[in-house]
Amino acid sequence: MKKTRVATVNPRQKGVSAPKPNPRWGREEETEVFAKRVKLFRQGKISEDDFRRFRLQHGAYGSRLHMDYSMVRIKVPGGEMTSDQIEKIASLSEAFSIGSAHVSTRQNIQLHWVQLEDVSEVMRGLVETGLTTREACGNTVRNVMCSHFAGVCPSEAFDATPYSMAIARFFLRNPMCQNLPRKFKINFACCDQHGLEKVADIGLVPATREENGATVRGFKIYLGGGLGAASFIGHQLEDFTPENRVLATCMATVRLFDRHGNRENMARNRMRYLVHETGWEKFQKMALRERSIVEMTTSYSTAQMFDVKSQEDARQLPEAPRMAKLPMLNDSVTKESPGYERWLHTNVVSQKQEGYFTIFITLGAGDITASQLRVLASAIRDYSAEGVARNTPQQNFAVRYVRGAELRDFYEKLASAGLANPGALTIASAVGCSGTTSCNLAITNSHRLAKEVQRKFLELGLDTDDSLRDATIKISGCPNSCGQHEIATIGFFGGATRMNNAMVPTYTMLFGGSSGELGKAMMRVPAKRVINTVLKVIEIYKQQKSANETLPQWVSSVTKGRGAGGIKNLEDMKAALAQVIQLPAPESDADAYMDYGSDARFSAKTAKGECAA
Amino acid sequence: MTAAAAKKKAAKTPATQLPIVCDADTLRSLVRKKAARVVDVRKADDYLQGHIPTAVSLPLGRVLENDAPEKIVAILEDLGISDRTPVVVYDDTFGALAARVAWTFQYVGHGNTALLEMTFKQWKELGLETEKTARTFPKAKHSLNVNRSIHADASYVESAKSQPGKLLVDSRERLNFLTEHIPGATNIPYTMVGSSGSILRKADELKRFIENRGITDNGEIITYCGSVGTLSGLTYYALRLAGFQNVKLYPKSFKEWKALGKPKEEFKDANYWDLSAE
Repeated sequence: MKKTRVATVNPRQKGVSAPKPNPRWGREEETEVFAKRVKLFRQGKISEDDFRRFRLQHGAYGSRLHMDYSMVRIKVPGGEMTSDQIEKIASLSEAFSIGSAHVSTRQNIQLHWVQLEDVSEVMRGLVETGLTTREACGNTVRNVMCSHFAGVCPSEAFDATPYSMAIARFFLRNPMCQNLPRKFKINFACCDQHGLEKVADIGLVPATREENGATVRGFKIYLGGGLGAASFIGHQLEDFTPENRVLATCMATVRLFDRHGNRENMARNRMRYLVHETGWEKFQKMALRERSIVEMTTSYSTAQMFDVKSQEDARQLPEAPRMAKLPMLNDSVTKESPGYERWLHTNVVSQKQEGYFTIFITLGAGDITASQLRVLASAIRDYSAEGVARNTPQQNFAVRYVRGAELRDFYEKLASAGLANPGALTIASAVGCSGTTSCNLAITNSHRLAKEVQRKFLELGLDTDDSLRDATIKISGCPNSCGQHEIATIGFFGGATRMNNAMVPTYTMLFGGSSGELGKAMMRVPAKRVINTVLKVIEIYKQQKSANETLPQWVSSVTKGRGAGGIKNLEDMKAALAQVIQLPAPESDADAYMDYGSDARFSAKTAKGECAA
Repeated sequence: MTAAAAKKKAAKTPATQLPIVCDADTLRSLVRKKAARVVDVRKADDYLQGHIPTAVSLPLGRVLENDAPEKIVAILEDLGISDRTPVVVYDDTFGALAARVAWTFQYVGHGNTALLEMTFKQWKELGLETEKTARTFPKAKHSLNVNRSIHADASYVESAKSQPGKLLVDSRERLNFLTEHIPGATNIPYTMVGSSGSILRKADELKRFIENRGITDNGEIITYCGSVGTLSGLTYYALRLAGFQNVKLYPKSFKEWKALGKPKEEFKDANYWDLSAE
């Protein structure tokens, strides 16, 4: 039958480079295997345990208290996505999920409430644009992260992106990491400022060294960091690891973990516990020795599988015209400033490539609708010279290589789809894991709370206050750290507390975290008092701060007991906040005893987590 | 040939038997040959702004207000549709309104009814012919022959949900389904059955979706949605296209079910609505 098809509109391609081809991570045969396994499982021919392991290996988590549904986690190495991929995710979210997609804190894209029987169809669609869910969950090497600034960061030694992609390729489906004691995370940073290298099993920061008159590329490698119910900061393995030893270092670490990791105690089997229990000095020696063994025994063909060259973007991106006058990135703005100026100030940064800018799209706790995804895809085609977007650990999107002269058009296009909210690079861009919207482990609705924080802060114009700019708020719905609350200036994790003889959704508040330092737990705050508590902290900070002290600096001093004014330490801080966190009796304020998104009395309900397969 | 002879010949020529979904080229050739009645179910105003050539206007509301089979037959006659006239229905609502009207025609006995494969918007985007003339045709004669095998009411649904081999399908979006649905129903959201260029996906794709769910094609399926059977009307045709012979529509759907105070299944243990980015 002859089909008349709706023609797609040609992208404007305003001097934009040839589109980047979709990388091929996915395999079609895996989708068919998945569909068959689901049928066998439904027929009772596969045990629940076996099926769960298989399902997680292929990127599908069970949904909160309802195992007929899955959260499908799309693994996006480095967070980098083409327009085709973004459009495909839009269609899949409409057909099989809830019409929106969600950016995680590890650069995955998650589709929630997918019926188990449809997961294979989602996978099939993803494969069409090269994406995969393989090893996005389970006891495997999870999505390899790479800073969204890599390649454009003014303070990076070189672009880590091709290295991160090569590592991701090497470990994907690699037999050596299909059955680790627990999940394993690798993060690449661009520089010491922008990455998450110290809170991963392996963290890598590009560095160079002069050797015999030549500049050698390499990395500073950190091992044994990670966030969770107990968190650790990674240890630097050695001063400098040259690039030709990167693969062996990663393989050696994975092998050590596979061999020595705890397979008995699920609560303490991430590699950071092994490092902690072994002691860093001993583990460091083990790692260096293991690396020598790996180097001596790795076959040539295996080593060739780590192919950085093939991951480089061979396209020559055009130079951007120099601008006579830079947009007002650096001038200060207020709540009353025109929307475009406020957005420029809080969502746009210059790149090391002169004339090009990276813009951020502020999402609410990482949520984006299918129609917004389509506008994003089209905007990338029109305005990004590299023609891709990267999702960020702050649950936003970064679009890079936008010409200064086109920033306003880009803004207008985003605004037409509700994607031009300001505040992406400020305290207003609160992070929130999925919480009770879909996760079995969650106690509270951290997802909604993060969105409420963002809404309130944008309404108050806190995004325009440069002294707050670098502060972060990150919220998890339970003590596990998917919301990365321990590296926030002010972090929160959910729990349940009895107050006035009733159960209350509460958050433990942490102070003073950053990407290199863990925050300290200080007090519990009822969910419905979190926003007021943070506002109170800001109010106290404004009274107490010294001349140019930013909120993160002040919080850090107080956390270390070195506050200069009336608030010297966390005890003083707690006393100052005691009033804000009070709740009246349930009879006089029933709402204070309910969680966000709920009109019923709070009760903590959780089921077994699947983070460990 | 005299006019009378031509008429006689036309009466002998078998009318085109339409498939479930009619593609644009087939419709254009039927329009040229004046061999089908095209029915536009959008609002009357939209129809007057432009429609597919020779199309008559029948807004969905008129069908819903006159849902007794006798009244539907009277509508068919008014539109000049006889028992032998092939009918192609279209809308601008991803096929859901067209499906509800097409099902109604088939329910009163007009089997030779098809859905246009695309919406009017897509038809226009392809640059295909439109006209603004409001069309009327001489009244025709149509018999009443109610096809009960494609219809379900609340009591039928209630008894069916516990019978093996009968499957209840809820066509609403996932979050509405999770919130509440008829006990025992399975969810095939209407968003699953369409594709970007066509109101329904290809038959083999739809068949695979259903097979993934372990549903065999020898059972009976009853579809329903939120209020008047539009979304579930589309699912009705998706299932027919996928090869299911025994499909019924519960046109009064969940709205009536709730009004009757019938039991519901609810899921309140997750705040899934807060995932929405709207």
